[in-house]
Amino acid sequence: MADFLMPALGADMETGKVVQWLVTPGSRVKPGDIVAVVETHKGAIDVEIFLEGVIDELAPLGTELRIGEVLARVRSSSAAASPSPSPSTEPSPARSSSLPPSPSPAPSPAPTRSPLPLPATAAKASPAARRRARELGIDPGQLAGTGVAGAVTLADVDAAAASAAHAAAQTPRPRGFDALQMRQAIGAAMSRSKREIPHYYLASIVDFGAAAAWLESVNRDCGAEEQLLPAALLLAAAARALAQTPQLNGFHVDGAFRPGAGVHVGWAIALRGGGLVAPAIHDADRKTPAQLMAALRDLVQRARTGGLRSSELSDPTATVTSLGERGAESVLGVIYPPQVAMVGFGRVVERPWVVDHHIVPRPLVQVSLAADHRASDGHLGGLLLAAIDQSLQSPERLGPRSTA
Amino acid sequence: MNSQDIRAMAARVLAGIAPEADLAAVADDADLREALDLDSMDFLNFMVGLQQASGVKIRDEDAPRLRTLAGLVAYFG
Amino acid sequence: MTGTLRMTYREACRQAIRDALRAEPRSFVMGEDVGRYGGCYAVTKGLLEEFGPERIVDTPLAEAGFVGACIGAALAGLRPIVEIMTCNFSLLALDQIMNNAATIPHMSGGQFSVPLVVRMATGAGRQLAAQHSHSLEGWFAHIPGLKVLAPGTVEDARHMLGAALADPNPVLIFEHIVLYNAEAELDPSVTGVDIAQARVRREGTDASLVTYGNSLPKCLAAADALAAEGISVEVVDLRVLRPLDMATVSASVQRTRRCVIVDEGWRSGSISAEVAARLAEDFFFDLDAPLRRVCGREVPVPYAAQMEAAALPQVPDIAAAVRGLVRPT
Repeated sequence: MADFLMPALGADMETGKVVQWLVTPGSRVKPGDIVAVVETHKGAIDVEIFLEGVIDELAPLGTELRIGEVLARVRSSSAAASPSPSPSTEPSPARSSSLPPSPSPAPSPAPTRSPLPLPATAAKASPAARRRARELGIDPGQLAGTGVAGAVTLADVDAAAASAAHAAAQTPRPRGFDALQMRQAIGAAMSRSKREIPHYYLASIVDFGAAAAWLESVNRDCGAEEQLLPAALLLAAAARALAQTPQLNGFHVDGAFRPGAGVHVGWAIALRGGGLVAPAIHDADRKTPAQLMAALRDLVQRARTGGLRSSELSDPTATVTSLGERGAESVLGVIYPPQVAMVGFGRVVERPWVVDHHIVPRPLVQVSLAADHRASDGHLGGLLLAAIDQSLQSPERLGPRSTA
Repeated sequence: MNSQDIRAMAARVLAGIAPEADLAAVADDADLREALDLDSMDFLNFMVGLQQASGVKIRDEDAPRLRTLAGLVAYFG
Repeated sequence: MTGTLRMTYREACRQAIRDALRAEPRSFVMGEDVGRYGGCYAVTKGLLEEFGPERIVDTPLAEAGFVGACIGAALAGLRPIVEIMTCNFSLLALDQIMNNAATIPHMSGGQFSVPLVVRMATGAGRQLAAQHSHSLEGWFAHIPGLKVLAPGTVEDARHMLGAALADPNPVLIFEHIVLYNAEAELDPSVTGVDIAQARVRREGTDASLVTYGNSLPKCLAAADALAAEGISVEVVDLRVLRPLDMATVSASVQRTRRCVIVDEGWRSGSISAEVAARLAEDFFFDLDAPLRRVCGREVPVPYAAQMEAAALPQVPDIAAAVRGLVRPT
């Protein structure tokens, strides 16, 4: 039996409330499956499970859980294959777990000598119906049976699944975040950052002319859906640069630097009405600008409407913030703990510049790095900024324009 | 499409991007990006949404014409 | 042979014996009244005249003796077809069948084989009363070392004997007395059958009827009646009771998920119990309803006509059992 714990959805999150379960006891789960919707100050987050097995128990809806507390218990597949002991000798779930007491009565286990772990239920259900119910994550004990002696049949289970699916499609999922709570959480995280992280700052002005020309040429022949924004290029350049300077891609924990498993760039997204989230784009260094553009659009959409996933909030290895067309000319960011770097891009502006000894108007963008001095020094930071500059001078090298 | 339909379409698309926006309060010649605090991503999504809702393919060079309500009405009308 | 291949089950048995005697010079028929009388059920009628007394051998009323003699003949290299008038009298030869025919090949470490074919009439329905109405094929299917066949169609009656003779094991063939008069048109393209597989005689989706022998036509009739009520029944003819072809049976039950087994023998310790046990052991999770059996009532078979009918599985009983699973409410 393995415990599925409430994940840390960012340094500024301490508790979360389960507002919807997407599985039931008996459901089979595999890593990556979304199993619950948890409400945090960042809004409703889809929580993914990274265990494999069969759900045994779930924390009741509405409980506020701290990070690390038990959300659910999962029977691993190998444990499930061994013959189960006589039910009367097993302690009842309510007594042995640390789960908060459930308001609904615990089901009494049915006597069985079958080695396969059918969900413990006293319901009369045919073997085929029980197996189907387990596959679908339905409790046959809740169904009315139309079979011999009132037993639940396959048809009964299928009918229940169909109507459940229908009902689920009708029920809107809870969304939305509490702006005040978010403000407080951001404040706490930023205060902690400034308190604990010795920041150093570096900035560079980068000639955006080549990048702008390249964007214009690739966008010319595309419809609105395939347009690339400068943000995609900036993100691509930053991600690749982070891959080249791994000491800036990771976490400072317990007094030491731990490199990130991949370059999962957290992209800062301003939420309408105030508030900020920076969910991860996994393996951003391996994606083309077009793929990054698609990822950005998807993330922004889900951040605004609620629908970010737990892994997106817990996994960023470094953050990139881009102020966009209407932001300031430069940004010196506050690092999001326990990360060690934040890359910032200001607005692209047209300014006088020197090219070939002549003064010419050029589009320019200010790139900055805020970094944790415990993990790196200015020299390394400088290398990162140089790498970004280099990428932006040869944008076609960042990858094919289309994902095809 | 007439002016009413175009404004209604724009409002519908915007509802998914800036739910609190009130198009009725925006002047016809105001830059929508300023008036509604739309960043480049939002505006791009707005273009895509208009394209899907109207069925008209919006070319990149036309996008500047769609920055105001007046421009929208002229383009789709 | 005339052009038509329409014949009775009895005629099919006779043709099968005739073919065997012609094709295999080592074969012969031995039993009570097989020669001059032409066979208790007229199966061997005319064969004495055709093949002579060396190939069609009449015996005294001594089952243990002549079955033993045929076992000896088989051990010596001949291919005997011994007829025990009915399975009721096979009890007198049970020691020969079980302790010699079934066992010598194993006890001799394979040095001896007993390529014996035993034909027996079986079943009830002719008011032959308690001592002459048994269905013991299920009992014999309990014994390792034997193969047990139950031809339920004219085609199987025609061709199973040939396959049985070719088999080096002792093979028992049970011919139901009521089936002897059944008539059917034979498919000329079928020149042989296997003695290993069950067969789906009728396809269906709501329930599987698993049966053999004279219960087969009753199951088909029940399936027709149920079709009129909108219930689609699949009928599986076991054909071979040992070894059981559970692959065919289970495939059917996996499709329909409900099973009724029909067996003229008494239910306790019967072949229907064996089929049900195997389904429950190995295909439990495919079942959407309890297993059901329709068997002979647990009484010695009565003599009076209406009582005998009441003691045996009949079409309404079979249909009711299926209905009870498919439409229980």
